[in-house]
Amino acid sequence: MFLLKLLVRNAFRHRLRTLLTIVGITIAILAFGLLRTVVSAWYAGVEASSASRLVTRNAISLIFSLPISYQERLRRMPGVRQVSYANWFGGVYVTEKNFFPNFAIEPRSYLALYPEFVLDPREKEDFFHDRKGAVAGRKLAARFGWKVGDSIPLRGTIYPGSWQFVLRGIYRGAEKSTDENQFFFQWEFLNETLLKTLPRRTNQVGVYILGLANPSLAAQVSREVDATFKNSLAETLTETEKAFQLSFISMTEAIVVAIQIVSFMVIAIIMAVVANTMAMTARERIGEYAVFKSLGFSWWHIAGMIFGESFFITFTGCALGVLLTFPVATAFGKELGSFFPVFQVAPMTLYLDLVAAVVIALIAGLFPAWRATTIKIADGLRRIG
Amino acid sequence: MTDAEALSTPSPIVRLRNVSKSYRRGGQIVPVLEEISFDIAEGEFLALMGPSGSGKSTLLNLIAGIDSVDNGAIMVGGVDITTLSESELAAWRGLNVGFIFQFYNLIPVLTAFENVELPLLLTRLSRKERREHVALALRIVGLDDRMDHRPGQLSGGQQQRVAIARAVVSDPTILVADEPTGDLDRKAAEEILHLMDRLNRESGKTIIMVTHDPRAAEKARTIRHLEKGFLNDVPS
Ligand SMILES: Nc1ncnc2c1ncn2[C@@H]1O[C@H](COP(=O)(O)OP(=O)(O)O)[C@@H](O)[C@H]1O
Ligand SMILES: [Mg+2]
Repeated sequence: MFLLKLLVRNAFRHRLRTLLTIVGITIAILAFGLLRTVVSAWYAGVEASSASRLVTRNAISLIFSLPISYQERLRRMPGVRQVSYANWFGGVYVTEKNFFPNFAIEPRSYLALYPEFVLDPREKEDFFHDRKGAVAGRKLAARFGWKVGDSIPLRGTIYPGSWQFVLRGIYRGAEKSTDENQFFFQWEFLNETLLKTLPRRTNQVGVYILGLANPSLAAQVSREVDATFKNSLAETLTETEKAFQLSFISMTEAIVVAIQIVSFMVIAIIMAVVANTMAMTARERIGEYAVFKSLGFSWWHIAGMIFGESFFITFTGCALGVLLTFPVATAFGKELGSFFPVFQVAPMTLYLDLVAAVVIALIAGLFPAWRATTIKIADGLRRIG
Repeated sequence: MTDAEALSTPSPIVRLRNVSKSYRRGGQIVPVLEEISFDIAEGEFLALMGPSGSGKSTLLNLIAGIDSVDNGAIMVGGVDITTLSESELAAWRGLNVGFIFQFYNLIPVLTAFENVELPLLLTRLSRKERREHVALALRIVGLDDRMDHRPGQLSGGQQQRVAIARAVVSDPTILVADEPTGDLDRKAAEEILHLMDRLNRESGKTIIMVTHDPRAAEKARTIRHLEKGFLNDVPS
């Protein structure tokens, strides 16, 4: 109790210096938290991926497609429970800035394979029965103020022309990590339209999604699928959904690594700042610590006072930083919703905040504590006189 | 010495035997104290005098256990403190030594009461007992009405009285004072010396005081002179 009183009073002896240090820690923890959140948002798609789904694409590259005729053969593969397919449509809503992912899908099988997209049963039926129907995620609909029944125009980039859809449903995510920013419409509608305008691009599928009877079959089924289409016109590459998502991220991995490095640099910088504050503080008080020792206080009492103050300052700053991280991350998430469909402060980030605070406080207190405990009392006292 | 004399002469509370101390300065060894031996009787009020740099503070620090000898032994209340480890010595100081410094050395963020309470925090006394001891010590030095003042709100003389209260609150074996009046004006110095005299006469406290002020030394019962590391007198 006494120690607490003493170290709080000591901490506020140089009010401005202590407050500035605390503000510094708050900003550092906030910056760290946001950067870590960006990193985990980057991996959100990977986190959300299911172990029981495989993605089959053209072996050459994702920009090449696969014939629709593969569907039947895939369905008959042992271990495959269900098959669906999707084309990346790349449509633009009004202007390029309004980016969101939009796909042409086979509705029944796709929604069956992705139970995390939760739709009202009536909306689902309406979607199935309207060839021009579409569904959008809750966040996406909220972003543009769409309501069920609205007519939504998309300008095609990969598939030229202007396309009109009718919003038949708004899905919500079953999990926190589910992307509520996507837009789906009927593959049949895309194919019919292409038949009239671009006949040579009809009957093509961007990716097949295979639902497995058992996740442990993933490696075996992948191998068998790719072997089946070996030496055919379009060879396939099959991998787990997770690996598929990771292959996207690996293109931007350097950026993620850079962000991670910066986030740790922020902590290193604030560590130097707090260490400097503590060193100045302890230097000024070396005589007082000598007095404590002369009165019979031991080295661990002195170390306790110094580390106590270091922890007090660091944890005050850290607590404020953590409290601020949530509202700021929410605001960020709103702004960046189209790039980061899932922008949430992960529990891991909070643990890292805590670890960072402990490390900062320990390192900052280490040198002053070592000096104050090892200096001879007579020498320490001489500094006052 | 007759038996009667032996009984009336108090036994020594501090014994120094062949104590030597030197400092290393820039690769050179500077001897400060050389082969010093003497006793201090229980209930003594001793003034150590001598020119600046003669080693008075060094000698006092050795007796108080905040510096270590190169050679020799120092017995205080039957314990050879030169054989104690660092942490044993800390515990020993807490129980046996009351310090009075030239610059008071109070902790500025603590009130007078809290400063005096410091040595008691290392004891097993309850909160209530501590409060009583502190109140008594502050009453003895005449500052029971200034308990909640911080050192910065007190005059030099008052701060030194708080320091004296802190030195006596745990009832130590010896009181050591290094130039206790060195930073005070004449009147405040008189008060402090008077207070120390009272503690010595009325409570029988053994006091060892370093000073170069003859007026301060006058208050003491014994004066010893230190010159270039040697005691060059016979006890008066
Ligand atoms: N820590 C130290 N390192 C080096 N020299 C010291 C140290 N402490 C004291 N001295 C030297 O020892 C001598 C005696 O010092 P001190 O005991 O403080 O003298 P006094 O108190 O009589 O003025 C002085 O020459 C001083 O410079
Ligand atoms: Mg001196």
